[in-house]
Amino acid sequence: MADPRKFKIPIGPQHPALKEPESFSVALKGEKIKGLDIRLGYNHRGIEKACEGKTFIQDVYLLERICGICSHSHSTCFVQAVEEIAGLAVPRRALYIRTLVAELERVHSHYLWLGVAGHEIGFDTLLMYTWRDREAIMDVLALLTGNRVNYGINCLGGVRRDIDATQIKEVIKAIDELEERTKYYIEVATQEVTIIERLSGVGILSHEDALRLGAVGPTGRASGVNRDVRRDDAYAAYAELKFDVITDDHCDVYGRTLVRVKELLQSFSIIRQVLKNLPDGPIAVRAPRKIPAGEAFNRYEAPRGEDVHYVKANGTEFPERVKVRAPTLANIRSVKQMLKDRYLADMPIVIAAIDPCFSCTDRLISVKHDNKEKEVMEWQALRSYSIDWYSKRGVDFTELNKKLEEKFKHK
Amino acid sequence: MLRQVLKSILKKPVTIMYPYEKLEMPDKFRGKLKFSPEKCIGCKMCMKDCPTGAITINKIGEKKFEAVIDLDKCIYCAQCVDSCPKKALEATKEVELAQLDKGKLRVIFDAESQKTTEEESKK
Repeated sequence: MADPRKFKIPIGPQHPALKEPESFSVALKGEKIKGLDIRLGYNHRGIEKACEGKTFIQDVYLLERICGICSHSHSTCFVQAVEEIAGLAVPRRALYIRTLVAELERVHSHYLWLGVAGHEIGFDTLLMYTWRDREAIMDVLALLTGNRVNYGINCLGGVRRDIDATQIKEVIKAIDELEERTKYYIEVATQEVTIIERLSGVGILSHEDALRLGAVGPTGRASGVNRDVRRDDAYAAYAELKFDVITDDHCDVYGRTLVRVKELLQSFSIIRQVLKNLPDGPIAVRAPRKIPAGEAFNRYEAPRGEDVHYVKANGTEFPERVKVRAPTLANIRSVKQMLKDRYLADMPIVIAAIDPCFSCTDRLISVKHDNKEKEVMEWQALRSYSIDWYSKRGVDFTELNKKLEEKFKHK
Repeated sequence: MLRQVLKSILKKPVTIMYPYEKLEMPDKFRGKLKFSPEKCIGCKMCMKDCPTGAITINKIGEKKFEAVIDLDKCIYCAQCVDSCPKKALEATKEVELAQLDKGKLRVIFDAESQKTTEEESKK
Protein backbone atom coordinates (compact mmCIF):
# COMPACT_ATOMS: atom_id res chain seq x y z
CA MET A 1 0.00 0.00 0.00
CA ALA A 2 1.58 3.19 -1.15
CA ASP A 3 -1.05 5.44 0.34
CA PRO A 4 -0.58 5.51 4.13
CA ARG A 5 -4.12 6.70 4.59
CA LYS A 6 -5.42 3.48 3.09
CA PHE A 7 -5.73 0.59 5.47
CA LYS A 8 -6.07 -3.05 4.57
CA ILE A 9 -7.95 -5.39 6.88
CA PRO A 10 -8.57 -9.07 6.41
CA ILE A 11 -12.05 -10.41 7.13
CA GLY A 12 -12.09 -14.17 7.29
CA PRO A 13 -11.50 -17.03 6.56
CA GLN A 14 -12.63 -17.37 10.16
CA HIS A 15 -14.59 -14.40 11.37
CA PRO A 16 -17.53 -14.00 13.76
CA ALA A 17 -19.54 -12.08 11.16
CA LEU A 18 -19.26 -14.79 8.54
CA LYS A 19 -21.24 -18.00 8.57
CA GLU A 20 -18.92 -19.87 6.28
CA PRO A 21 -15.18 -19.73 5.66
CA GLU A 22 -14.33 -17.22 2.96
CA SER A 23 -11.79 -14.46 2.90
CA PHE A 24 -12.29 -10.80 2.13
CA SER A 25 -9.38 -8.42 2.05
CA VAL A 26 -10.80 -4.93 2.42
CA ALA A 27 -8.82 -1.80 1.57
CA LEU A 28 -10.21 1.04 3.63
CA LYS A 29 -9.85 4.78 3.53
CA GLY A 30 -11.46 5.98 6.69
CA GLU A 31 -14.74 4.12 6.86
CA LYS A 32 -15.07 3.74 3.11
CA ILE A 33 -14.24 0.61 1.17
CA LYS A 34 -11.79 1.41 -1.62
CA GLY A 35 -10.96 -2.06 -2.74
CA LEU A 36 -12.17 -5.57 -2.09
CA ASP A 37 -10.43 -8.82 -2.78
CA ILE A 38 -12.56 -11.94 -2.45
CA ARG A 39 -10.93 -15.31 -2.03
CA LEU A 40 -12.88 -18.51 -2.06
CA GLY A 41 -11.67 -22.06 -1.70
CA TYR A 42 -11.62 -22.65 2.04
CA ASN A 43 -14.33 -25.25 1.92
CA HIS A 44 -13.44 -27.34 -1.07
CA ARG A 45 -14.88 -30.80 -0.59
CA GLY A 46 -13.98 -32.50 -3.86
CA ILE A 47 -17.56 -33.46 -4.61
CA GLU A 48 -17.16 -33.41 -8.40
CA LYS A 49 -14.24 -35.81 -8.23
CA ALA A 50 -16.05 -38.01 -5.75
CA CYS A 51 -18.99 -38.23 -8.17
CA GLU A 52 -16.80 -39.96 -10.72
CA GLY A 53 -16.08 -42.77 -8.28
CA LYS A 54 -19.71 -43.41 -7.41
CA THR A 55 -22.62 -44.74 -9.42
CA PHE A 56 -25.36 -42.50 -10.77
CA ILE A 57 -27.72 -43.66 -8.02
CA GLN A 58 -25.22 -42.79 -5.30
CA ASP A 59 -24.43 -39.44 -6.91
CA VAL A 60 -28.00 -38.26 -6.46
CA TYR A 61 -27.48 -38.35 -2.70
CA LEU A 62 -23.97 -36.95 -2.85
CA LEU A 63 -24.98 -33.97 -4.99
CA GLU A 64 -27.97 -33.36 -2.79
CA ARG A 65 -25.49 -32.62 -0.04
CA ILE A 66 -23.72 -29.83 -1.92
CA CYS A 67 -26.07 -27.43 -0.19
CA GLY A 68 -28.14 -27.99 2.89
CA ILE A 69 -30.70 -25.35 1.97
CA CYS A 70 -31.19 -25.79 -1.76
CA SER A 71 -30.52 -29.53 -1.73
CA HIS A 72 -33.52 -30.34 -3.91
CA SER A 73 -32.22 -27.91 -6.54
CA HIS A 74 -28.94 -29.74 -6.96
CA SER A 75 -30.41 -33.22 -6.99
CA THR A 76 -33.18 -32.25 -9.45
CA CYS A 77 -30.71 -30.54 -11.73
CA PHE A 78 -28.48 -33.62 -11.80
CA VAL A 79 -31.36 -36.05 -12.16
CA GLN A 80 -32.82 -34.06 -15.07
CA ALA A 81 -29.47 -34.08 -16.83
CA VAL A 82 -29.11 -37.85 -16.43
CA GLU A 83 -32.69 -38.41 -17.56
CA GLU A 84 -31.96 -36.39 -20.66
CA ILE A 85 -28.95 -38.58 -21.48
CA ALA A 86 -30.82 -41.81 -20.84
CA GLY A 87 -33.91 -40.56 -22.68
CA LEU A 88 -36.27 -41.35 -19.82
CA ALA A 89 -39.85 -40.10 -19.99
CA VAL A 90 -40.60 -39.06 -16.42
CA PRO A 91 -44.27 -39.48 -15.42
CA ARG A 92 -46.24 -36.26 -15.06
CA ARG A 93 -47.15 -36.95 -11.46
CA ALA A 94 -43.44 -37.18 -10.60
CA LEU A 95 -42.79 -33.85 -12.30
CA TYR A 96 -45.56 -32.24 -10.28
CA ILE A 97 -44.24 -33.64 -7.00
CA ARG A 98 -40.76 -32.37 -7.89
CA THR A 99 -42.20 -28.94 -8.55
CA LEU A 100 -44.08 -29.02 -5.26
CA VAL A 101 -40.96 -29.83 -3.26
CA ALA A 102 -38.97 -27.26 -5.24
CA GLU A 103 -41.42 -24.49 -4.40
CA LEU A 104 -41.65 -25.49 -0.75
CA GLU A 105 -37.88 -25.34 -0.70
CA ARG A 106 -37.93 -21.87 -2.24
CA VAL A 107 -40.37 -20.75 0.44
CA HIS A 108 -38.19 -22.05 3.27
CA SER A 109 -35.04 -20.63 1.70
CA HIS A 110 -36.54 -17.16 1.25
CA TYR A 111 -37.89 -17.22 4.81
CA LEU A 112 -34.44 -18.18 6.00
CA TRP A 113 -32.92 -15.33 4.01
CA LEU A 114 -35.41 -12.84 5.39
CA GLY A 115 -34.45 -13.86 8.91
CA VAL A 116 -30.72 -13.65 8.21
CA ALA A 117 -31.12 -10.24 6.58
CA GLY A 118 -33.10 -9.05 9.60
CA HIS A 119 -30.35 -10.33 11.86
CA GLU A 120 -27.62 -8.56 9.87
CA ILE A 121 -29.31 -5.19 10.20
CA GLY A 122 -29.99 -5.72 13.88
CA PHE A 123 -33.69 -6.48 13.48
CA ASP A 124 -33.68 -9.74 15.39
CA THR A 125 -37.44 -9.79 15.92
CA LEU A 126 -37.78 -10.45 12.21
CA LEU A 127 -35.33 -13.34 12.54
CA MET A 128 -37.40 -14.89 15.33
CA TYR A 129 -40.66 -14.39 13.46
CA THR A 130 -39.54 -15.75 10.10
CA TRP A 131 -37.68 -18.71 11.51
CA ARG A 132 -40.66 -19.66 13.63
CA ASP A 133 -42.86 -19.58 10.52
CA ARG A 134 -40.24 -21.47 8.57
CA GLU A 135 -40.73 -24.41 10.94
CA ALA A 136 -44.17 -25.00 9.42
CA ILE A 137 -42.56 -25.49 6.00
CA MET A 138 -39.88 -27.75 7.43
CA ASP A 139 -42.56 -29.91 9.03
CA VAL A 140 -44.46 -30.10 5.74
CA LEU A 141 -41.27 -31.12 3.94
CA ALA A 142 -40.60 -33.81 6.55
CA LEU A 143 -44.16 -35.03 6.11
CA LEU A 144 -43.91 -35.21 2.32
CA THR A 145 -40.38 -36.47 1.87
CA GLY A 146 -39.27 -38.02 5.13
CA ASN A 147 -36.73 -35.46 6.22
CA ARG A 148 -36.45 -31.78 7.04
CA VAL A 149 -33.29 -31.26 4.99
CA ASN A 150 -31.76 -33.40 2.23
CA TYR A 151 -35.21 -34.59 1.25
CA GLY A 152 -34.08 -37.49 -0.91
CA ILE A 153 -37.27 -37.31 -2.95
CA ASN A 154 -35.60 -37.60 -6.35
CA CYS A 155 -34.53 -40.78 -8.04
CA LEU A 156 -33.51 -41.36 -11.62
CA GLY A 157 -36.74 -41.54 -13.57
CA GLY A 158 -39.09 -39.96 -11.08
CA VAL A 159 -39.64 -39.43 -7.39
CA ARG A 160 -39.38 -41.87 -4.51
CA ARG A 161 -42.43 -40.98 -2.46
CA ASP A 162 -46.04 -40.43 -3.45
CA ILE A 163 -48.34 -37.97 -1.73
CA ASP A 164 -51.89 -38.66 -0.62
CA ALA A 165 -55.03 -36.66 0.15
CA THR A 166 -54.35 -36.18 3.86
CA GLN A 167 -50.89 -34.80 3.12
CA ILE A 168 -52.33 -32.40 0.56
CA LYS A 169 -54.68 -31.12 3.27
CA GLU A 170 -51.76 -30.61 5.65
CA VAL A 171 -49.78 -28.72 3.02
CA ILE A 172 -52.73 -26.45 2.20
CA LYS A 173 -53.27 -25.78 5.88
CA ALA A 174 -49.63 -24.73 6.32
CA ILE A 175 -49.69 -22.66 3.13
CA ASP A 176 -52.84 -20.78 4.20
CA GLU A 177 -51.21 -19.81 7.46
CA LEU A 178 -47.93 -18.82 5.84
CA GLU A 179 -49.61 -16.75 3.16
CA GLU A 180 -51.14 -14.61 5.89
CA ARG A 181 -47.74 -14.24 7.51
CA THR A 182 -46.11 -13.37 4.18
CA LYS A 183 -48.66 -10.60 3.59
CA TYR A 184 -47.68 -9.28 6.99
CA TYR A 185 -43.99 -9.35 6.04
CA ILE A 186 -44.73 -7.52 2.82
CA GLU A 187 -46.49 -4.91 4.93
CA VAL A 188 -43.46 -4.74 7.22
CA ALA A 189 -41.02 -4.49 4.31
CA THR A 190 -42.95 -1.76 2.52
CA GLN A 191 -44.05 0.33 5.51
CA GLU A 192 -41.52 -0.14 8.30
CA VAL A 193 -39.35 2.96 8.17
CA THR A 194 -36.27 1.43 9.80
CA ILE A 195 -36.06 -1.33 7.18
CA ILE A 196 -36.55 1.06 4.27
CA GLU A 197 -34.01 3.54 5.63
CA ARG A 198 -31.42 0.89 6.41
CA LEU A 199 -31.67 -1.02 3.13
CA SER A 200 -32.37 1.67 0.55
CA GLY A 201 -29.33 2.75 -1.41
CA VAL A 202 -27.17 0.04 0.15
CA GLY A 203 -25.30 -2.34 -2.15
CA ILE A 204 -26.32 -0.71 -5.40
CA LEU A 205 -25.92 -2.86 -8.49
CA SER A 206 -27.09 -1.07 -11.61
CA HIS A 207 -28.94 -2.89 -14.38
CA GLU A 208 -25.90 -2.68 -16.69
CA ASP A 209 -23.57 -3.97 -13.98
CA ALA A 210 -25.93 -6.82 -13.17
CA LEU A 211 -25.90 -7.88 -16.83
CA ARG A 212 -22.16 -7.40 -17.18
CA LEU A 213 -21.31 -9.36 -14.03
CA GLY A 214 -23.87 -12.06 -14.76
CA ALA A 215 -25.96 -11.72 -11.62
CA VAL A 216 -28.62 -14.43 -11.35
CA GLY A 217 -31.72 -15.09 -9.31
CA PRO A 218 -33.23 -12.51 -6.96
CA THR A 219 -29.98 -10.51 -7.04
CA GLY A 220 -30.31 -10.02 -10.78
CA ARG A 221 -34.07 -9.62 -10.76
CA ALA A 222 -33.82 -6.83 -8.18
CA SER A 223 -31.69 -4.97 -10.73
CA GLY A 224 -34.32 -5.37 -13.41
CA VAL A 225 -32.83 -8.45 -15.08
CA ASN A 226 -35.97 -10.23 -16.18
CA ARG A 227 -34.63 -13.77 -16.19
CA ASP A 228 -36.02 -16.88 -14.61
CA VAL A 229 -35.18 -20.40 -15.76
CA ARG A 230 -38.59 -21.58 -14.63
CA ARG A 231 -40.15 -19.46 -17.37
CA ASP A 232 -37.35 -19.17 -19.94
CA ASP A 233 -36.38 -22.84 -20.06
CA ALA A 234 -39.29 -24.52 -18.33
CA TYR A 235 -38.45 -27.80 -16.65
CA ALA A 236 -40.57 -30.15 -14.48
CA ALA A 237 -44.17 -28.91 -14.47
CA TYR A 238 -43.51 -25.18 -14.79
CA ALA A 239 -44.64 -25.01 -18.42
CA GLU A 240 -48.17 -25.90 -17.31
CA LEU A 241 -48.30 -23.49 -14.38
CA LYS A 242 -49.07 -19.80 -14.24
CA PHE A 243 -46.78 -17.49 -12.32
CA ASP A 244 -45.16 -14.10 -12.63
CA VAL A 245 -41.46 -13.39 -12.61
CA ILE A 246 -40.93 -10.69 -10.01
CA THR A 247 -38.54 -7.92 -10.94
CA ASP A 248 -37.73 -4.70 -9.23
CA ASP A 249 -35.86 -1.55 -10.21
CA HIS A 250 -34.58 -0.46 -6.81
CA CYS A 251 -31.22 -2.11 -7.64
CA ASP A 252 -30.28 -2.23 -3.94
CA VAL A 253 -30.68 -4.52 -0.95
CA TYR A 254 -34.18 -3.18 -0.40
CA GLY A 255 -35.10 -4.26 -3.92
CA ARG A 256 -33.72 -7.72 -3.25
CA THR A 257 -35.85 -7.95 -0.11
CA LEU A 258 -38.97 -6.96 -2.04
CA VAL A 259 -38.25 -9.47 -4.81
CA ARG A 260 -37.88 -12.27 -2.30
CA VAL A 261 -40.99 -11.55 -0.25
CA LYS A 262 -43.07 -11.13 -3.41
CA GLU A 263 -41.66 -14.35 -4.83
CA LEU A 264 -43.02 -16.08 -1.75
CA LEU A 265 -46.57 -15.24 -2.82
CA GLN A 266 -45.85 -16.59 -6.31
CA SER A 267 -44.53 -19.79 -4.77
CA PHE A 268 -47.70 -20.21 -2.72
CA SER A 269 -49.74 -19.76 -5.87
CA ILE A 270 -47.63 -22.38 -7.69
CA ILE A 271 -48.02 -24.82 -4.79
CA ARG A 272 -51.81 -24.39 -4.88
CA GLN A 273 -51.89 -24.97 -8.63
CA VAL A 274 -49.72 -28.08 -8.29
CA LEU A 275 -51.90 -29.56 -5.57
CA LYS A 276 -55.07 -28.76 -7.52
CA ASN A 277 -53.90 -30.18 -10.84
CA LEU A 278 -51.89 -33.12 -9.50
CA PRO A 279 -52.26 -35.78 -12.23
CA ASP A 280 -52.76 -39.44 -11.44
CA GLY A 281 -50.42 -42.16 -12.52
CA PRO A 282 -47.12 -43.74 -11.62
CA ILE A 283 -44.47 -41.72 -9.80
CA ALA A 284 -41.39 -43.21 -11.42
CA VAL A 285 -40.15 -45.14 -14.40
CA ARG A 286 -37.44 -47.75 -14.14
CA ALA A 287 -34.04 -46.22 -14.84
CA PRO A 288 -31.21 -48.33 -16.27
CA ARG A 289 -28.16 -48.78 -14.07
CA LYS A 290 -25.83 -48.19 -16.97
CA ILE A 291 -26.46 -44.80 -18.49
CA PRO A 292 -25.69 -44.68 -22.25
CA ALA A 293 -22.82 -42.49 -23.40
CA GLY A 294 -23.71 -38.87 -23.89
CA GLU A 295 -23.64 -35.51 -22.25
CA ALA A 296 -26.22 -33.09 -20.94
CA PHE A 297 -26.30 -29.60 -19.58
CA ASN A 298 -29.13 -28.65 -17.27
CA ARG A 299 -30.33 -25.39 -15.81
CA TYR A 300 -32.49 -25.02 -12.74
CA GLU A 301 -33.84 -21.99 -10.92
CA ALA A 302 -32.67 -22.54 -7.35
CA PRO A 303 -33.89 -20.13 -4.64
CA ARG A 304 -30.61 -18.23 -5.02
CA GLY A 305 -30.51 -18.18 -8.79
CA GLU A 306 -29.61 -20.28 -11.75
CA ASP A 307 -27.98 -23.57 -10.86
CA VAL A 308 -26.12 -25.38 -13.62
CA HIS A 309 -25.08 -29.01 -13.88
CA TYR A 310 -23.12 -30.65 -16.64
CA VAL A 311 -23.04 -34.43 -16.77
CA LYS A 312 -21.11 -36.64 -19.14
CA ALA A 313 -21.81 -40.36 -19.22
CA ASN A 314 -19.64 -43.01 -20.87
CA GLY A 315 -21.96 -45.99 -20.98
CA THR A 316 -21.04 -47.39 -17.56
CA GLU A 317 -22.62 -47.04 -14.14
CA PHE A 318 -20.24 -44.22 -13.30
CA PRO A 319 -20.35 -40.71 -14.74
CA GLU A 320 -17.34 -39.54 -16.70
CA ARG A 321 -17.64 -35.97 -15.47
CA VAL A 322 -20.00 -33.95 -13.32
CA LYS A 323 -19.65 -30.19 -13.21
CA VAL A 324 -21.65 -28.01 -10.88
CA ARG A 325 -21.98 -24.25 -10.87
CA ALA A 326 -23.83 -23.05 -7.83
CA PRO A 327 -25.71 -19.73 -8.08
CA THR A 328 -23.42 -18.01 -5.57
CA LEU A 329 -20.47 -18.27 -7.94
CA ALA A 330 -22.39 -16.17 -10.46
CA ASN A 331 -23.38 -13.61 -7.85
CA ILE A 332 -20.18 -13.28 -5.83
CA ARG A 333 -18.50 -11.07 -8.42
CA SER A 334 -21.20 -8.47 -8.10
CA VAL A 335 -20.43 -8.05 -4.38
CA LYS A 336 -17.25 -6.21 -5.28
CA GLN A 337 -19.21 -3.77 -7.39
CA MET A 338 -21.89 -3.38 -4.71
CA LEU A 339 -19.39 -2.48 -1.99
CA LYS A 340 -17.37 0.02 -3.99
CA ASP A 341 -17.11 3.29 -2.05
CA ARG A 342 -19.57 2.07 0.53
CA TYR A 343 -19.18 2.02 4.29
CA LEU A 344 -17.58 -0.96 5.99
CA ALA A 345 -20.65 -1.35 8.20
CA ASP A 346 -22.73 -2.19 5.12
CA MET A 347 -20.57 -5.16 4.30
CA PRO A 348 -22.41 -7.89 6.27
CA ILE A 349 -25.83 -7.04 4.86
CA VAL A 350 -24.55 -6.58 1.29
CA ILE A 351 -22.84 -9.96 1.37
CA ALA A 352 -25.90 -11.53 2.99
CA ALA A 353 -28.15 -9.93 0.36
CA ILE A 354 -26.94 -12.24 -2.40
CA ASP A 355 -27.81 -15.12 -0.05
CA PRO A 356 -24.33 -16.59 -0.35
CA CYS A 357 -23.57 -20.24 0.01
CA PHE A 358 -19.80 -20.39 -0.11
CA SER A 359 -19.45 -24.07 0.53
CA CYS A 360 -21.63 -24.80 -2.49
CA THR A 361 -19.49 -22.50 -4.59
CA ASP A 362 -16.14 -24.12 -3.87
CA ARG A 363 -15.71 -26.40 -6.82
CA LEU A 364 -12.34 -26.01 -8.47
CA ILE A 365 -8.80 -25.73 -7.21
CA SER A 366 -6.48 -23.70 -9.36
CA VAL A 367 -2.89 -23.51 -8.22
CA LYS A 368 -1.22 -20.24 -9.06
CA HIS A 369 2.55 -20.20 -9.36
CA ASP A 370 4.32 -16.90 -9.10
CA ASN A 371 5.51 -15.66 -12.51
CA LYS A 372 4.18 -18.77 -14.18
CA GLU A 373 1.35 -19.51 -16.53
CA LYS A 374 -1.56 -21.58 -15.26
CA GLU A 375 -0.85 -25.27 -15.49
CA VAL A 376 -2.78 -28.45 -15.03
CA MET A 377 -1.45 -30.60 -12.21
CA GLU A 378 -1.85 -34.32 -11.93
CA TRP A 379 -2.89 -35.86 -8.63
CA GLN A 380 0.64 -37.14 -7.81
CA ALA A 381 2.29 -33.83 -8.71
CA LEU A 382 -0.22 -31.96 -6.57
CA ARG A 383 0.49 -34.28 -3.67
CA SER A 384 4.26 -33.90 -3.83
CA TYR A 385 3.80 -30.14 -4.25
CA SER A 386 1.84 -29.99 -1.02
CA ILE A 387 4.39 -32.15 0.83
CA ASP A 388 7.19 -29.84 -0.40
CA TRP A 389 5.21 -26.74 0.55
CA TYR A 390 4.79 -27.96 4.10
CA SER A 391 8.31 -29.33 4.54
CA LYS A 392 9.73 -25.94 3.52
CA ARG A 393 7.76 -24.52 6.43
CA GLY A 394 8.98 -27.13 8.86
CA VAL A 395 6.00 -29.48 8.84
CA ASP A 396 6.97 -33.07 8.26
CA PHE A 397 4.43 -35.63 7.18
CA THR A 398 6.66 -38.69 6.71
CA GLU A 399 5.86 -40.16 10.15
CA LEU A 400 2.18 -39.56 9.71
CA ASN A 401 2.20 -41.08 6.23
CA LYS A 402 3.89 -44.22 7.54
CA LYS A 403 1.25 -44.57 10.23
CA LEU A 404 -1.52 -44.09 7.71
CA GLU A 405 -0.04 -46.65 5.35
CA GLU A 406 0.18 -49.18 8.17
CA LYS A 407 -3.41 -48.50 9.10
CA PHE A 408 -4.60 -49.12 5.57
CA LYS A 409 -2.57 -52.34 5.37
CA HIS A 410 -4.56 -53.70 8.30
CA LYS A 411 -7.78 -53.12 6.44
CA MET B 1 -48.30 -3.25 19.30
CA LEU B 2 -50.45 -3.85 22.39
CA ARG B 3 -52.48 -6.38 20.44
CA GLN B 4 -49.29 -8.25 19.56
CA VAL B 5 -48.20 -8.27 23.21
CA LEU B 6 -51.53 -9.56 24.49
CA LYS B 7 -51.64 -12.18 21.76
CA SER B 8 -48.17 -13.40 22.64
CA ILE B 9 -48.99 -13.61 26.35
CA LEU B 10 -51.94 -15.89 25.71
CA LYS B 11 -50.17 -18.06 23.16
CA LYS B 12 -48.51 -21.32 24.01
CA PRO B 13 -44.74 -21.45 23.39
CA VAL B 14 -43.79 -22.67 19.91
CA THR B 15 -40.94 -24.76 21.26
CA ILE B 16 -41.29 -27.99 23.23
CA MET B 17 -39.30 -29.23 26.24
CA TYR B 18 -37.35 -31.71 24.18
CA PRO B 19 -35.98 -34.54 26.32
CA TYR B 20 -39.22 -34.70 28.32
CA GLU B 21 -41.60 -34.17 25.43
CA LYS B 22 -40.92 -35.76 22.09
CA LEU B 23 -42.20 -35.03 18.64
CA GLU B 24 -43.83 -37.79 16.64
CA MET B 25 -41.95 -38.39 13.42
CA PRO B 26 -43.95 -38.49 10.18
CA ASP B 27 -44.75 -41.87 8.60
CA LYS B 28 -42.28 -41.51 5.76
CA PHE B 29 -39.46 -40.62 8.11
CA ARG B 30 -36.09 -42.14 7.33
CA GLY B 31 -34.56 -43.11 10.65
CA LYS B 32 -32.46 -46.02 11.86
CA LEU B 33 -32.61 -49.05 9.59
CA LYS B 34 -34.22 -52.33 10.52
CA PHE B 35 -33.17 -55.58 8.89
CA SER B 36 -35.20 -58.77 8.68
CA PRO B 37 -32.74 -61.66 8.18
CA GLU B 38 -35.42 -64.19 7.20
CA LYS B 39 -36.35 -62.14 4.12
CA CYS B 40 -32.81 -61.48 2.91
CA ILE B 41 -31.65 -63.45 -0.12
CA GLY B 42 -28.12 -62.08 -0.10
CA CYS B 43 -28.24 -60.26 -3.44
CA LYS B 44 -26.25 -57.39 -1.89
CA MET B 45 -28.01 -54.71 -3.93
CA CYS B 46 -28.19 -52.55 -0.81
CA MET B 47 -24.40 -52.75 -0.44
CA LYS B 48 -23.96 -51.77 -4.07
CA ASP B 49 -26.29 -48.78 -3.93
CA CYS B 50 -25.38 -47.40 -0.52
CA PRO B 51 -23.74 -44.00 -1.14
CA THR B 52 -21.46 -44.29 1.89
CA GLY B 53 -20.83 -48.00 2.25
CA ALA B 54 -22.60 -48.10 5.58
CA ILE B 55 -24.23 -51.48 5.12
CA THR B 56 -22.52 -54.86 4.77
CA ILE B 57 -24.29 -58.16 4.21
CA ASN B 58 -22.36 -61.23 5.38
CA LYS B 59 -23.22 -64.84 4.77
CA ILE B 60 -23.29 -66.70 8.09
CA GLY B 61 -24.72 -70.00 7.00
CA GLU B 62 -26.84 -71.81 4.45
CA LYS B 63 -29.26 -69.12 3.19
CA LYS B 64 -28.59 -67.12 6.34
CA PHE B 65 -27.36 -63.57 6.20
CA GLU B 66 -26.49 -60.90 8.70
CA ALA B 67 -26.37 -57.15 8.12
CA VAL B 68 -23.76 -54.90 9.68
CA ILE B 69 -24.85 -51.28 9.67
CA ASP B 70 -22.49 -48.48 10.61
CA LEU B 71 -24.81 -45.84 12.00
CA ASP B 72 -22.05 -43.22 11.87
CA LYS B 73 -21.53 -43.79 8.15
CA CYS B 74 -25.23 -44.01 7.29
CA ILE B 75 -26.71 -40.84 5.79
CA TYR B 76 -30.29 -42.07 6.26
CA CYS B 77 -31.26 -41.72 2.62
CA ALA B 78 -33.00 -45.13 2.69
CA GLN B 79 -31.81 -45.97 -0.82
CA CYS B 80 -31.13 -49.53 0.43
CA VAL B 81 -34.80 -49.82 1.38
CA ASP B 82 -35.73 -48.94 -2.21
CA SER B 83 -33.04 -51.19 -3.68
CA CYS B 84 -33.98 -54.29 -1.71
CA PRO B 85 -36.05 -56.61 -3.93
CA LYS B 86 -37.43 -58.61 -0.96
CA LYS B 87 -38.18 -55.70 1.41
CA ALA B 88 -35.81 -57.07 4.03
CA LEU B 89 -34.85 -53.54 5.04
CA GLU B 90 -37.06 -50.84 6.41
CA ALA B 91 -36.54 -47.37 7.87
CA THR B 92 -37.85 -46.86 11.39
CA LYS B 93 -38.77 -43.63 13.14
CA GLU B 94 -35.87 -43.96 15.58
CA VAL B 95 -33.78 -40.79 15.68
CA GLU B 96 -31.98 -40.71 18.99
CA LEU B 97 -28.84 -42.48 17.90
CA ALA B 98 -26.12 -40.44 19.61
CA GLN B 99 -23.58 -42.53 21.50
CA LEU B 100 -20.52 -41.81 23.59
CA ASP B 101 -18.99 -45.14 22.67
CA LYS B 102 -18.18 -45.35 18.98
CA GLY B 103 -18.41 -49.14 19.04
CA LYS B 104 -22.11 -48.98 19.77
CA LEU B 105 -22.70 -47.26 16.44
CA ARG B 106 -22.02 -50.53 14.65
CA VAL B 107 -25.22 -52.53 14.72
CA ILE B 108 -25.29 -56.18 13.72
CA PHE B 109 -28.56 -57.75 12.71
CA ASP B 110 -28.41 -61.51 12.44
CA ALA B 111 -30.83 -64.38 12.83
CA GLU B 112 -29.66 -65.09 16.40
CA SER B 113 -29.83 -61.57 17.77
CA GLN B 114 -33.17 -61.13 16.09
CA LYS B 115 -34.56 -64.03 18.10
CA THR B 116 -33.28 -62.74 21.42
CA THR B 117 -34.73 -59.27 20.89
CA GLU B 118 -38.09 -60.79 20.00
CA GLU B 119 -38.04 -62.87 23.17
CA GLU B 120 -37.13 -59.81 25.19
CA SER B 121 -39.98 -57.84 23.74
CA LYS B 122 -42.39 -60.68 24.55
CA LYS B 123 -41.33 -60.61 28.19
